[in-house]
Amino acid sequence: MAKAKKESDSAVLDAACAPEWTEILKQMIFIRRFEEATEREFRKGKIGGYLHVYIGQEAVASGIVGALQKGDAVFCGYRDHAQALSLGSDPNRVMAELFGKGTGVSKGKGGSMHLFDVEHGLYGGYGIVGGHLTLAAGAAYAKRYQGSDSVVVCYFGDGAMNIGSFHEAMNMAGLWGHQGMCPIVFVIENNGYAMGTSVERHSALTDLAARVRAYDIAGEKVDGQDIFAVRGVADRVVRQVRETGKPYCIEAVTYRFSGHGAADILQPYRTKEEVEQHRHRDPINILRKRLGEVCGLTDDDVKAMDEWAIERAANAVKFAEESSQPAPDELFADVVAEHGPRPVSEDERE
Amino acid sequence: MPETTYIDAITQAMSEEMARDERVFLIGEDVGAYGGAFKTSYGLLDKFGAERVIDTPISEIAIIGAASGAALMGMRPIAEMQFLDFITCGYDILVNFAAMNSYLFGRACPIVVRGPAGGGTHGGPYHSINPEAMFLNRPGLKIVAPGTAYDAKGLLKAAIRDDNPVLYIEHKYLYRRIKENLPDDDYIVPIGKANVRRRGKDLTIITWGAMLYVADDAADELAKDNVSTEIIDLRSIVPFDEDAILESVAKTNRVIILHEAPLTGGAGAEFAARIAEKAFDYLDAPIKRIAALDVPTPYSPPLEAAALPDKTRVLQAARELLAY
Repeated sequence: MAKAKKESDSAVLDAACAPEWTEILKQMIFIRRFEEATEREFRKGKIGGYLHVYIGQEAVASGIVGALQKGDAVFCGYRDHAQALSLGSDPNRVMAELFGKGTGVSKGKGGSMHLFDVEHGLYGGYGIVGGHLTLAAGAAYAKRYQGSDSVVVCYFGDGAMNIGSFHEAMNMAGLWGHQGMCPIVFVIENNGYAMGTSVERHSALTDLAARVRAYDIAGEKVDGQDIFAVRGVADRVVRQVRETGKPYCIEAVTYRFSGHGAADILQPYRTKEEVEQHRHRDPINILRKRLGEVCGLTDDDVKAMDEWAIERAANAVKFAEESSQPAPDELFADVVAEHGPRPVSEDERE
Repeated sequence: MPETTYIDAITQAMSEEMARDERVFLIGEDVGAYGGAFKTSYGLLDKFGAERVIDTPISEIAIIGAASGAALMGMRPIAEMQFLDFITCGYDILVNFAAMNSYLFGRACPIVVRGPAGGGTHGGPYHSINPEAMFLNRPGLKIVAPGTAYDAKGLLKAAIRDDNPVLYIEHKYLYRRIKENLPDDDYIVPIGKANVRRRGKDLTIITWGAMLYVADDAADELAKDNVSTEIIDLRSIVPFDEDAILESVAKTNRVIILHEAPLTGGAGAEFAARIAEKAFDYLDAPIKRIAALDVPTPYSPPLEAAALPDKTRVLQAARELLAY
């Protein structure tokens, strides 16, 4: 894997002791504890279907989302819990969605891979790899068309770069960027694997950021384990994209400590040593250490954050457990939108 | 208004809706500078500018996807497939993203995906599709298929104003063969409502699209033998007008379902099943389906004519039913 450059944006470093960074650490610890709770509930059979957690990649969600403002829109793939939580979705309702309950952010009809919360700027986790890139490009065009200065952020994994929709979306975004009509930040969550197939085995060119150059989209790599680096790049890039209306691509080089999904126990495609080696670069520890060294954050401070995070995750589980199943008539609700000027459905005729 | 062709009715619908509503834009291959492969969007670029008449690369996934994403942001895009055959490239986005967003997220994607379909023009196997059946089993998507200039305009306007994704199937054989006097005033044709094209009492033909005219010819022929044929122009495939079908079957007791797509697994199978389930007692004879043969549409004009349904096959079926 090509080396990601370190961001040494002084504004970021100078602000390292700002209370905001403590909040970011708290949020990342919470995402970690939330994800651990989902894994436990999956093993207990409380969460069904498929579950993909963000453990190890937290800085990529927190770091980019932190650079956004109200009105910006986020699209992502199926590993979407961290984006929802970073954007401020109610953790209770996110957990409830994983439990398939009526109080979930998608009313229990989407599940883990399909979180949606427009109020907080989340326009979907999507369970089919890559398709959402095209939606995000169109959303960015619409933002400019409407005269808004909002930007769209589109997360996707390294594996998504090999499906046709990636190429079509990138080319169209590149073209629209020429007219300043595509304010979108593409974020490659390069965690080294498309499920169990490594980047070296799935991408002919392993320098992923370089691949978007073919579509006249500028891009760069960032160390996705270092929240300072991610946030530094994100602040600069989001500002630039907002001003120019041109797409930009950030390749966040990261690593997932958990399996691909909750059923990926054996992980025969990688060694334990490899995982251990990456665990030394845990994004939470990197931030924690920095705040300790530079800002005097104590172990007790961190312990208090952790207890808060554990309790909050437990409360989310409790909320999800105690929530009702979706109402039976929810089965038929919203198959088609019924509030339009002229939708005549079979139901209406009866 | 002077006589308007089917294709001009489509252009007018787009133009009027774009003038009425700034959220409406057109996106597709060669829809702008070229004016559309069939000139369906000719003149729209001059009228509305390149931000609203968007030429794209050959990228059906991104055309339908970008339209869907813009729709999520409150727009009302029309996505053109240069030929509806090519919609298979963007199938995933239409059925898995656009059609499901409302159900999963409570936020529908109001897009219209439209383009030329149908055979009879010697387009060969990749330029002759009647695609409705492969979308019939995907809840969340509406499907319309006009067979007249009046409906072409009214249904397209209804589709653009609808809050859901609508697949609008236009029949290219009819583009310049059909001409009608259209109302001067704004009108729509409601989605989900069939049109009783001809009233009769002995036999019902349920059909849509270009097959209307095959049904007309057959009915004219049958009238010479004093057989009175009712023709139901379905116009909407999803949702379809079940009441209109059942009422007609209850009246005539004999039914032919006529469509241009191949027989097996065609939309007609669904309609036949509904009639069997809900109107069995009214039937005096088996339900007949007349459709294309189960072959790709061949280029050779005589082979194509043999593959597609025609008056002779409809008449044969009708006479069998009447003699049953």
